[in-house]
Amino acid sequence: MVNNPILSVKNLEVKFKVRDRVLTAIRNISLDFEEHKVVAIVGESGSGKTVFTKTFTGMLDINGEVTQGEVWFEGRNLMEIKDDKGWEEIRGKKIATVFQDPMTSLNPVRTIGYQISEVIMKHQGKSKEEAKKEALELMDKVGIKDPERRYDEYPFQYSGGMRQRIVIAIALACHPKILICDEPTTALDVTIQAQIIKLIKDLAKEYDFTTIYITHDLGVVANVADYVAVMYGGQIIEFGTVEDIFYDSRHPYTWGLLSSLPQLGLKGEELFAIRGTPPSLFEKIQGDAFAPRSNYSLKIDFLKEPPIFNVSDTHWAKTWLLDPRAPKVEPPLVIKTLHQRMLDMTKKGGVYGER
Amino acid sequence: MEKDNREVLLDVKRLEVTFNNSRKNKGFRAVKNANFQIYKGETFGLVGESGSGKTTIGRSIMRLNPISDGEIWFEGKRIDGKISKEEKKNVVRNIQMIFQDPAASLNERATIDYCVSEGLYNFHLYENEEDRERKVDEALESVGLLPEHKSRYPHEFSGGQRQRVGIARAMIMEPKFIIADEPISALDVSIRAQVLNLMNKFKEERGLTYMFIAHDLSVVRYFADRIAVIHNGRIVEVAPTEVLFKYPLHPYTLSLLQAVPMPDPQIEKAKELVVYDESKRDLSGEKPILQEIRPGHQVFANDREMKEYEEKLSQMEKEAEKE
Repeated sequence: MVNNPILSVKNLEVKFKVRDRVLTAIRNISLDFEEHKVVAIVGESGSGKTVFTKTFTGMLDINGEVTQGEVWFEGRNLMEIKDDKGWEEIRGKKIATVFQDPMTSLNPVRTIGYQISEVIMKHQGKSKEEAKKEALELMDKVGIKDPERRYDEYPFQYSGGMRQRIVIAIALACHPKILICDEPTTALDVTIQAQIIKLIKDLAKEYDFTTIYITHDLGVVANVADYVAVMYGGQIIEFGTVEDIFYDSRHPYTWGLLSSLPQLGLKGEELFAIRGTPPSLFEKIQGDAFAPRSNYSLKIDFLKEPPIFNVSDTHWAKTWLLDPRAPKVEPPLVIKTLHQRMLDMTKKGGVYGER
Repeated sequence: MEKDNREVLLDVKRLEVTFNNSRKNKGFRAVKNANFQIYKGETFGLVGESGSGKTTIGRSIMRLNPISDGEIWFEGKRIDGKISKEEKKNVVRNIQMIFQDPAASLNERATIDYCVSEGLYNFHLYENEEDRERKVDEALESVGLLPEHKSRYPHEFSGGQRQRVGIARAMIMEPKFIIADEPISALDVSIRAQVLNLMNKFKEERGLTYMFIAHDLSVVRYFADRIAVIHNGRIVEVAPTEVLFKYPLHPYTLSLLQAVPMPDPQIEKAKELVVYDESKRDLSGEKPILQEIRPGHQVFANDREMKEYEEKLSQMEKEAEKE
């Protein structure tokens, strides 16, 4: 389905032991990541998006375990790596991650310069002077003004947005093939968020990496993504190009997510709200995990898990609504008119006019 | 805007808040000369980035931060500085706050029953135990929780439910004015709409007045009647919501509007980034002040900038008329 996959996940299942109970965080996911594209993974907290990508770098918490499945990268199954030594070949070097909170991913008692050049020395075996030169170059690339002066400063002397730029610089120091961005802008202000997103997009072209972008913000998705995977209850329930997902989505959960966006809300009208709360992953989920919250659930949704239905070559969804035997269901009006609504809002004189 | 015949509930005049780190330096001015009124029954949005002073303004109104200059009036009475015990009680009862992080704002060792009735206990707002229980049940029901939740602890709830408890414990005091400080930014996307609808319901049913503090303009657009944009402790623009979105004047307001990511790939991918950089602006001329450019629409400018804004605004108005 996807040309030229750089990373290929097959039937992945991840379980966690929490006290005496077992939580199934990832329930049988298969997905290919196309090289040089941006795949955005959207979902609520607890849907498993972070756990899913952590398996690519062997960073699951100690109580977590991949109980089934394969992750293929450069001709080998990463799930066969058993120790940290094996993972060092991949983690940071081939697949790097940028996390949400830049304060916790930087060492507060080391200078910024040290933290960047350390990585270059370790992974590329360069001398101190060479590493410093490259670190300064990287700092310049990620938009730090006057890098010479800021090289010897500490993380607390940097603002949140600047810190995130440093984390990106560190991630790029090894020229990774894949960059996983795990909610990189959630802790930042909107204006800074826009800058960081642009930076990641520009760098992806220059450094030639594939981006996996985790977020819960559909506005950000619309900006960065080529492909979108929507996660719910430990599964990917819909996958497609960004246009497929925004203009022609098929799963009721995707509809719900889109229609509850305040950007689309009209003043004085009630905002569409998905009722209830996400399912507990401690219990075995029967049928479609979203069925209890859906306005469109069929009888079979509570009994049997829906298979993958292909909508087009690039677009699929796991919902019984796509079965030929299912009754014809029209998506909510907000979804059908989304593009027109957004056009009206952003045109000159519209509420977001002059953008 | 028929603002002259609308009742002013809260009046903030020349508010200054300074934080002192040491005696040597002059301290950090978190809020600089803030002036605004909030009318009865409206939702007033206060939008800015982190560190802009929006939360500090909210906390000063609640008397949680001492102010260094200016006045705060509530229902025609001054509520800042030294006031009598009776008046203090009155402020706490009538102005309630909903916080950003519902997990941090609830006592984790207390049951929901206690969390919600704490205010009742403090002010003896109940006749007897039966009356208190009835009030708690009502408050929980109004936010969509069940009476059986009373015996549970905050950690047993999801984020959205905890925020409902936070709202219930504010509502049980029957306040006139609610300061909601980023009430939905810690919540999941599918839960946000639930909480916003709930807050709207209370506004309609009880004629509440809100001050809605947020960094996300898209949420404020949906929720607020009027919006004040704050940057570095200074209010740079105030206008009714539709006007602010249609005719934004201050360059900072523009960059904030432009940064809101829209859920539409075609529009989003075509957009070009405008970065607001104060150092690159022409700041010549006399000191700017917040002044009215149209009735109800204020912008922070000096006379020279005022002329530019006036030109731009009439241009935009003309274009809008054509359509």
